[in-house]
Amino acid sequence: MLPTVSILLVFTFLVSIAGLFVLIWSISSGQLSMGPEAPKVIFDEDELGHPEDPAGTKAQLASLETTLQESERYPHAHVSIHSQDLDERAELDHLARQPVLYLTLSSLLWLIVGSIAGLVVSIKFHAPDWLVDFGALGFGRLRPVHLNAVIYGWISMVGMGVSLWLTSRILRTPLYGARWAVWGTHLWNVGVLAGLVSILLGHSTGIEWLEFPIFVDLLFVIAGAMIGLPILKTIQNRRVHHLYVSIWYIGAAFVWFPVLFLVANIPDQYTGVQHAIVNWWFAHNVLGLWLTPFGLAAAYYFIPKILGKPIHSYQLSLLGFWGLALFYSQVGLHHLIGGPVPTWLVTLSIVSSVMMVVPVISVAVNHHMTMLGHFRALRYSPTLAFVVTGAMMYTLVSLQGSLQSLRTVNTVSHFTHATVAHAHLGVYGFVSFIMFGSLYFILPRLTRWEWPFPRLIQVHYVLALSGILVYFVFLSIGGVLQGMKMLDAAAPFQDSVLVTHPYLIARSIGGGLMTLGHLVFAYHVVVLVKGSGPARDRPRFAYRPQPKQRGAGA
Amino acid sequence: MKHKNLGFIIAALGILGFATLLLIVIPSFQLAEIKAEEGLKPYTEIELAGRGIYIREGCVYCHSQQPRDPRQAPDKARGWGRPSTPGDYAYDYPHLLGTMRTGPDLFNIGVRQPSEEWHLVHLYQPRAVVSWSIMPAYPFLFERKPEAEAGDRVITLPPLYAPASGVVVAKPETIALVAYLKALKRDYPSTQLPFRSPRKTVEEASP
Repeated sequence: MLPTVSILLVFTFLVSIAGLFVLIWSISSGQLSMGPEAPKVIFDEDELGHPEDPAGTKAQLASLETTLQESERYPHAHVSIHSQDLDERAELDHLARQPVLYLTLSSLLWLIVGSIAGLVVSIKFHAPDWLVDFGALGFGRLRPVHLNAVIYGWISMVGMGVSLWLTSRILRTPLYGARWAVWGTHLWNVGVLAGLVSILLGHSTGIEWLEFPIFVDLLFVIAGAMIGLPILKTIQNRRVHHLYVSIWYIGAAFVWFPVLFLVANIPDQYTGVQHAIVNWWFAHNVLGLWLTPFGLAAAYYFIPKILGKPIHSYQLSLLGFWGLALFYSQVGLHHLIGGPVPTWLVTLSIVSSVMMVVPVISVAVNHHMTMLGHFRALRYSPTLAFVVTGAMMYTLVSLQGSLQSLRTVNTVSHFTHATVAHAHLGVYGFVSFIMFGSLYFILPRLTRWEWPFPRLIQVHYVLALSGILVYFVFLSIGGVLQGMKMLDAAAPFQDSVLVTHPYLIARSIGGGLMTLGHLVFAYHVVVLVKGSGPARDRPRFAYRPQPKQRGAGA
Repeated sequence: MKHKNLGFIIAALGILGFATLLLIVIPSFQLAEIKAEEGLKPYTEIELAGRGIYIREGCVYCHSQQPRDPRQAPDKARGWGRPSTPGDYAYDYPHLLGTMRTGPDLFNIGVRQPSEEWHLVHLYQPRAVVSWSIMPAYPFLFERKPEAEAGDRVITLPPLYAPASGVVVAKPETIALVAYLKALKRDYPSTQLPFRSPRKTVEEASP
């Protein structure tokens, strides 16, 4: 068996490397070249050099425009954009309004639920006798409530909402089947609610990241299809020929997720160790092939769009996308390093985790080089501030992930709070930040209203950023200390518990700051949607229904 | 305008299929050949019921069930047992390997702590028996009664944690949970070790 396994391992590695080289070759030899115009498909005629951020005030936008025109030279920067194009955008927004608004508002509700559950769980670590009288408030039930509320409620829903909007906007195509997406959202909400209540009542399946009962899984599959198929149909019926990089991520995410979810949920198929393998293959792929694509798709659109300049290197974005597909799909088993699973399997995951450096650096170069020289713009664009912070966290968390998968590092960090800190840097620092930024951009366009209190955006940013930094830094330190104590045979186990105490309190403070930020954000969104804020220069984004086009042949 | 070029989606699915083949399908063939360890007994009915409570209360979020190799970590020296093998988990569905050690590994808690009374008191109030513990208390797994009735399992608490009057009685589900904890005993010799040795694979080590 040993030679078979080694051959298999070498074979896999060679296939992956060969795939990578084929990709690099085809990019460099122009096989996949889409011409210099490809990255500009997200701009209208004469739009290069014009920043766009509906989240900013008029004054902020004016400063943004001045800043950018000082550093970039575009021939048409001083020509105003065709009003016909702007009308077209307003119409597309109008047609996507219902499902996108519904998905994002639902996601915010789950974010609040998830944050409060998370905060309570965090406090229980240093107050173990708090709220212990009712089973439903127990640590072991609220913890999966937190995870499932933020993963399937918050990020999945906001990600799907932003994806619907991006698909329509980038392809300049009315969203196909918006009504289906609305119904899908109803079902998804029912699923999240039923799932969370099931866990609270003690009906968790006990499988991490898959705690929801099987009937909820079925609801998600149906609801996901009702939201995903409109996206695929919109791609098929698009008015723009070229598929911009964001669309690759979105399209792929919507076919990856059902496969992952179905394979992982086959009942009674796996037992024991095999079950653990499937479990962690799924749990890590949900991050990499479902949540990460949402974050990257949005970053690839908003960074260049707000700055009014195309992405740094469109060829690199190809490498980033296919590299993610190739390597991320195999990293999951680094969660079982040192566990009772075949060594070759874990080694395969470690190799893939390290190879993830390739796509991560590609994406990082692309995002950060586009930003280079424009950091002043962060002051004038609320969307950009959130999205760029998220993109930086992506680079950081991914490189940390590759490092943490190495056996020597993993031996210390595994089984400790450091892993939890890492997970939050990814899901919160990276994806959630980009989603916050996206909502600041999208919601004013959907409500045709401006953000009522620009100050509150700053407050939200400061709370969210300080929250995640406190959370990540202190919990990582606590986790590493905990891991070192656990490896020290001379130290009793209790040392590894006691050493974390101050860091667990710091985690609650970080979590409290984030939760406060979410409450501020949710309040702001409610005022925006109700249109009950102070009047300034609203309504900002006029929508004039276009005259219906008569069929040419009729 | 109709566009058919959804080729990238098919390629993306193909790559995931490849990963699924490697990480799910092939290991399942390899692991299918592995039998239960000879000394491992299937769970009894009450132990399985207790395992359900372990799952319901989310014990897995703080306790792993996978002692590591002594070359990697001093788990054995802590009394957590020998490294586990796939055969040790033959009757486990869902798996409860866990990824956190906020508390100690429990794969052999039945060996370390065979006393039912200790477990019951510990569940009612962990700090009554382990002063530094940060485990949550589980009073809802117990009933407070003015006095014990026939068949009640009364627990004896230290004065600091005992109620002013009446008795504390373990619910049947709690007794089942403790039965499960006491059954977590992999003290039989393994026929599958060294499973994770770099030079030997499963096939060579298994009978």
